[in-house]
Amino acid sequence: MPSQQSEPPDDRLARLRGPQPPQPYTARKITALTANPACARRAVLDAAGVDKALLAQQVGYEPRFGQSPFALAREQAFHGLVKWGGYAELIRLLREQLSVPVAEAHVTDLNEVGGNTALHVRERETRRLIAHVASGQDVRLILDRPVLTLEVAGQTAYLEPDAITHRIEGKFHVVLIRSFAAIDGQANPTAVAEAAKQAAVYVLALRRAFDTAGLPTEQISHEFLLVCPKDFSNRPYGRLIDLRQELDALQFQLTRLRRAEDLAAQLPETATLDTTRSTDELSASIEALDASYTPSCLSFCEMARYCRDEADGCASPARLGNGVRNDLPGIDSTRTALDYLDGVAAPGEAETEAADLLRAAARLRRLRRGAA
Amino acid sequence: MSVLSTVAALTASRTGRAEPLTTVRHQHLDEKPFVLVPLTLAGEACAPLAALVGTDPERPTLLTVRQPRNRAERFRFAERLAALLLAYIDGCRTETEPYTVGRGREKEERLRFQRAPQLLVPNGEGIAYVRLLGRLTRLRATEGPYAVDSSVPTLGKWLTWFAELAEFPNSGVLLAMTRLLAAHWATGQSPSEDSHLASLLAWIDPPEGSDGARAAREAEDPAVWPPAGPSTDPVFDRTLHELMTRYDDASDDRGREAVGRQIDRELSGQMLPTWRLMWRGVELLRDLPEGAHVPDRWALDRRWFSEYAEYLDADGRPQARRDQAVRAARRLARLEDAVTRYEAERAYDDPLVMAEYELTGEAFTGTVTARDEDRFVPGDRPGSQVWRPTITLRTSTDTRVGLAVGTEVKSPARPGQAARILEVRQEDDGGHTVVLQLKGGFANKRKPPAPAGTLAETGEELTYTTLNPTAMPSALPDEENTPWTHGGPPQPYEPTDEDAEETWE
Ligand code: SF4
Repeated sequence: MPSQQSEPPDDRLARLRGPQPPQPYTARKITALTANPACARRAVLDAAGVDKALLAQQVGYEPRFGQSPFALAREQAFHGLVKWGGYAELIRLLREQLSVPVAEAHVTDLNEVGGNTALHVRERETRRLIAHVASGQDVRLILDRPVLTLEVAGQTAYLEPDAITHRIEGKFHVVLIRSFAAIDGQANPTAVAEAAKQAAVYVLALRRAFDTAGLPTEQISHEFLLVCPKDFSNRPYGRLIDLRQELDALQFQLTRLRRAEDLAAQLPETATLDTTRSTDELSASIEALDASYTPSCLSFCEMARYCRDEADGCASPARLGNGVRNDLPGIDSTRTALDYLDGVAAPGEAETEAADLLRAAARLRRLRRGAA
Repeated sequence: MSVLSTVAALTASRTGRAEPLTTVRHQHLDEKPFVLVPLTLAGEACAPLAALVGTDPERPTLLTVRQPRNRAERFRFAERLAALLLAYIDGCRTETEPYTVGRGREKEERLRFQRAPQLLVPNGEGIAYVRLLGRLTRLRATEGPYAVDSSVPTLGKWLTWFAELAEFPNSGVLLAMTRLLAAHWATGQSPSEDSHLASLLAWIDPPEGSDGARAAREAEDPAVWPPAGPSTDPVFDRTLHELMTRYDDASDDRGREAVGRQIDRELSGQMLPTWRLMWRGVELLRDLPEGAHVPDRWALDRRWFSEYAEYLDADGRPQARRDQAVRAARRLARLEDAVTRYEAERAYDDPLVMAEYELTGEAFTGTVTARDEDRFVPGDRPGSQVWRPTITLRTSTDTRVGLAVGTEVKSPARPGQAARILEVRQEDDGGHTVVLQLKGGFANKRKPPAPAGTLAETGEELTYTTLNPTAMPSALPDEENTPWTHGGPPQPYEPTDEDAEETWE
């Protein structure tokens, strides 16, 4: 976990956050952001570096994202195993499973640069090394915990992939180490999909680093190396996974993210997201930021239970899931839909077709329920 | 999701109570199901931590693993589960009944058991657990340096059998309670929230004085309603972690046993609420009358069961690590066929399901206004005449008929009778008049009068649809050549030494 953000975010965003230290962007946060690009609330909270779990707690919602000590221990043990002895296991994997002719490791540890752990220092060193390696002047095999940057919603995010290697087919590959198992060559598809989205974030950041250095981005693979435990053991297993789809989707979503500063500028002067302030002040400011709740928020966003209650309050169709929302095109609340069903309100022209279908369905439900 | 279930969800969100999606139960629910509530250790691929199991709601058996990283303890867990589950399976292998397969000269009489095992787990992850535990145990050796008790691989083969059949909607040997309930009721929350057993049941069966929405929110608190597994609550894991450390560090056996009992109690406390919910779900589902095709589907399950039991007695080699390509392709074809047939059967058994097809125009309902019982038309042979009576149906106002003249349709009321649409006319009130020509289904009569009950009376209300549950599967090998699973002949696998010694850490 990076401990500091070197460039302070824009003033307004920093003022919103208050005196708390900013929470850095991570690849996970970026994929969550792009999972719901229409959500201005999350965009601003993340850009301002607000601790969302704490914020949710302050407004009365205990977040339900904890990590089990067992899971944590397993994750650390597996990471440790892959990196042990200068990435000996990773090198074995490259050799045995990916037929890369390598015998020994040339690992550069980028967790610190001469004792300095500051992100911007590590990032500069990463760029320097990449330029050297890419131009063939150096033979570092593995960059351990390099630091890359990416522009997200007008903010600079510092990102730390597990590793980068440039020896598979002569291209740079992002390496992700994950502790979910691949059983008989197959891992949990949801977990792999999430890893792939994060890998895409790193690859984009790597491209950016190449661009800035004037290096050809063709040297970067559109595949990443996923390392996870094999079957029910602790032994690392590796697979190259194609990222082209994820990269396209991510690039598109990033362009859709509005600039967080612009969004923040629309807030009233009194707004605050400082977690030490009162519940009322915080609630008022959160409310002023447009949310776009869907049930999938529950799986990735700390604010989800707050936003869900809000969506319930205004009877947003999306809270019942995509199925319901798609059946109510143009109808913005389930209350309105129920009014059409009861015949106490008349649908507008754009809603007529959907309302007619709903009414026909309701009539059939009434008739056929009694028929049994 | 259909528009009908959207209406049901909207209604539920207003009333605060789940709305029925069906008028009957579409799954067999055994009088003695085997309920399995498992927990696994967080972060591991499949490390059993505990389970509550059994067939008696009042007396679950508690299985725990006090040191989940200890290989011997894991296999002891598997042995204990095997002792219970295999005894239950054996209990289903008593009375048999004859049935016939094939037609004509290929006709053959066989025997199947009158019962089959039915395994119920809380949710979809529970099914994945059954598959993984099966994969972990079925390839083990019972001799040599890594020998395990002979019950362990047998357990694995059965668990794999359950998990393979669970992919087929027409099989009921392994079912997830959340899916079962969500197929019968619509709640006022989203499908992802419905995968949480406690909140789903809160909507279907809210406690006295509360409503579904409120009860469902309360049910989300893991301190009150622990997760239905196999994943545990991370906060609970902290307690557990502490206890397990104390267990490992205990200086003597007595002290260790005391901590061990505390671990058991804590784990039991995490599973008991789910255990009770499972049986509450069973009760609610039992209250629904059974759909007409359900016994047929269960008969098929009993057949798969009989054949697999026989296979295990005769050969007994386990399922391979991965399906071989041909077998996988055939399974997929079978699966598609099973889905189509299951959907059609559901609609035939349940007017509320059929209503979905009425809404899309693939079915229509009308009242018989006229019939021509004595109608003959020219047959295939020159000069011949065949008996083809017609009936005329009138649908109610504003009812869509999305089917064209010439379409072959059938009615659930007389599934043995084929009908063809001769005419569709829209009336002034928006309803339709449909003329149908009938063929067959007259108790083998070839001329009028139609035997009583075989020809619809005027005034009778009938539904006609293009769905046909008896339509033969296309270009698939006949069922006789696909014994114990839908996948084709067994492809036994010879486990290797590597399988036997595979780590489970
Ligand atoms: S939970 Fe709220 S803040 Fe988070 S992404 Fe969803 S709508 Fe945005």
